[in-house]
Amino acid sequence: MSGFPEAAARALGDSQLRRNIGKATSTIRAKRAAVVGELDDWEALRDAGAAIKARALATLPEQLERLEAAVAAAGGVVHWARDAAEANAIVAGIARDHAFDEVIKVKSMATDEIGLNAALAAQGVRAVETDLAELIVQLSGDRPSHILVPAIHRNREEIRALFARTIGDGDSSEPAALAEAARRHLRAKFLSVPMAVSGANFAVAETGTVCVVESEGNGRFCVTLPEVLVTVMGIEKVLGEWRDLEVMLQLLPRSSTGERMNPYTSLWTGVHERDGPREFHLVLLDNGRSDVLADEVGRDALRCIRCSACLNVCPVYSRTGGHAYESVYPGPIGAILTPQLRGLDEAPTLPWASSLCGACYEVCPVKIDIPSILVHLRGRVVREQHARLSPEDLAMRAVARVFGSRRAYERSQRLARLGRGPLARLPIGPLAGWTAMRDLPEVPAQSFREWWRTRA
Amino acid sequence: MRVALFITCFNDTLFPATGRAVVEVLERLGHEVVFPEEQTCCGQMHGNSGYAAEGQRLARRFERVFAGAEVVVSPSASCVGFLREHGAGLDSRLYELSEFLIDVLGVEDVGAVFPHRVTYHPTCHSARLLRVGDRPLRLLRAVRGIELVELGEREECCGFGGTFAVKNADTSMAMLSDKLRHVLDTRAEVCVAADNSCLMHIGGALRRQRAGVRTMHLAEVLAATG
Repeated sequence: MSGFPEAAARALGDSQLRRNIGKATSTIRAKRAAVVGELDDWEALRDAGAAIKARALATLPEQLERLEAAVAAAGGVVHWARDAAEANAIVAGIARDHAFDEVIKVKSMATDEIGLNAALAAQGVRAVETDLAELIVQLSGDRPSHILVPAIHRNREEIRALFARTIGDGDSSEPAALAEAARRHLRAKFLSVPMAVSGANFAVAETGTVCVVESEGNGRFCVTLPEVLVTVMGIEKVLGEWRDLEVMLQLLPRSSTGERMNPYTSLWTGVHERDGPREFHLVLLDNGRSDVLADEVGRDALRCIRCSACLNVCPVYSRTGGHAYESVYPGPIGAILTPQLRGLDEAPTLPWASSLCGACYEVCPVKIDIPSILVHLRGRVVREQHARLSPEDLAMRAVARVFGSRRAYERSQRLARLGRGPLARLPIGPLAGWTAMRDLPEVPAQSFREWWRTRA
Repeated sequence: MRVALFITCFNDTLFPATGRAVVEVLERLGHEVVFPEEQTCCGQMHGNSGYAAEGQRLARRFERVFAGAEVVVSPSASCVGFLREHGAGLDSRLYELSEFLIDVLGVEDVGAVFPHRVTYHPTCHSARLLRVGDRPLRLLRAVRGIELVELGEREECCGFGGTFAVKNADTSMAMLSDKLRHVLDTRAEVCVAADNSCLMHIGGALRRQRAGVRTMHLAEVLAATG
């Protein structure tokens, strides 16, 4: 990892990427604003969504045990995975037990997070992404750059060329033609591959029901046609009660795709004779989540329902795109989730990848106060990661002392005018780089307080 | 009314004209301004940069310095926002300038004359943290001679963000260049906002480009008499 500033600088230099991301995010932003504006009770829905997730997280062990019991009672098998390696081994083991060498996949953040496709490939099992955008990313050997729209950094012409090169079907860059090409490629897979892997948008502890929402219907194929279905879900996805879905299913589509209702909502509970998969496995993934839950401020990040509204409104994300975050979770939510899941030492620059403009908090359907968590994580980085006595540390502490006393402050103001002292050193210490691109105002000959005294 | 002015360390040192303008406007409206000289910094720079303890200490210091004030007014939406978020809002006696003029004094026309073409940039902390809404615009609309033009994508961040502007200088500049484009598209002579920090960023680039557009704090426009 090179850190956000450098990765962002590289992305910002790509004018095609800037155009693709800028155009796509502004389109989704406008759609979201329109459908959210239709609801008089949107703020009440956000409060309810935040409360539902907060309650589930506050009682997480209990909810997960309820979920496990309900899934088992409905004929499913529940697995517990401490980390990515355990989760990958469980999924690979299920494929191997059946001697399957190919699985189809429903778009899933959790399986991206654990690197499932590569882990399966190492075991001789090929994973085929069936979400159109994930397929585009997979075919091009690329990485996703958005939670909801993994190929948001690509335009139609780039996709046409990719399809022509990979699946031999690239006559036109019209959306319908591109979708048709993907459809022809994927239909054969749906009808022949005996195992599917999905993530989960929600799982209901009360009933043992897993829920996936999508737009294309390819996920519906995956969760209904194969013999074996495996769902990998982060433990924070559990909801207590069935009725909680009423709120979440209103919040999610409006926030993510800017639709009143998403086209496909699949809900399944265990297995059913003569209908759907004959085997269902639920893998409950921790992978750092228990540690996040232990942080009283940072834990609110676990409320996230992966709608990506915060990405679309973020002035940083909409210019850099997702790759600059060097994580499967980009944007504002990624900036608070990635350092917590992976460890601050793995992503120490991400808490600063925000101007704290607050646009993310304003749209978050579960009211995650992302700016406050960013500031909290900055504090943790400063306390836990920074070398004491670094130039920045010294400068910040010196300035804090100056502000602690009127006399020291007034002396520093006078020194700053001469280009000396702790205040004057800010632009060459922590604020170095300002004048590379902007003029710095000259320190006026008279401070406000000096003028004030002349009035008396 | 006896109004205690919280100038902020940034304005005190770098933008004293803004403080003089606040005094001018409040006195013109018939109020007494006092300036507690013990005041320094609210703690925002430290608080938002990961130095939470230092930020808290300075916020508490602010509370002590202004404890006896009837009402406190500041020409910085950002610092007022920080203080309120950190429990130093002085039991709702702390106001950002436009909030104070509209909500407490109930005035929109402060008797200003400013015959220039002006665009208003709602800074993130004024718009989303304080939710000042259209208060600054109501004050500007009442200024005689002013020609107000709407800024495109006006609620989008200018890219300042404190240390963000230097720690992520490239991204900050990408955001700023879009903001500048919108400012220049208005053909305004002056870009106005309720925070000098954002204006230092926007204005610093306009000056570097010799763009011919000035930045001015809202208070300075309201203080102008032609």
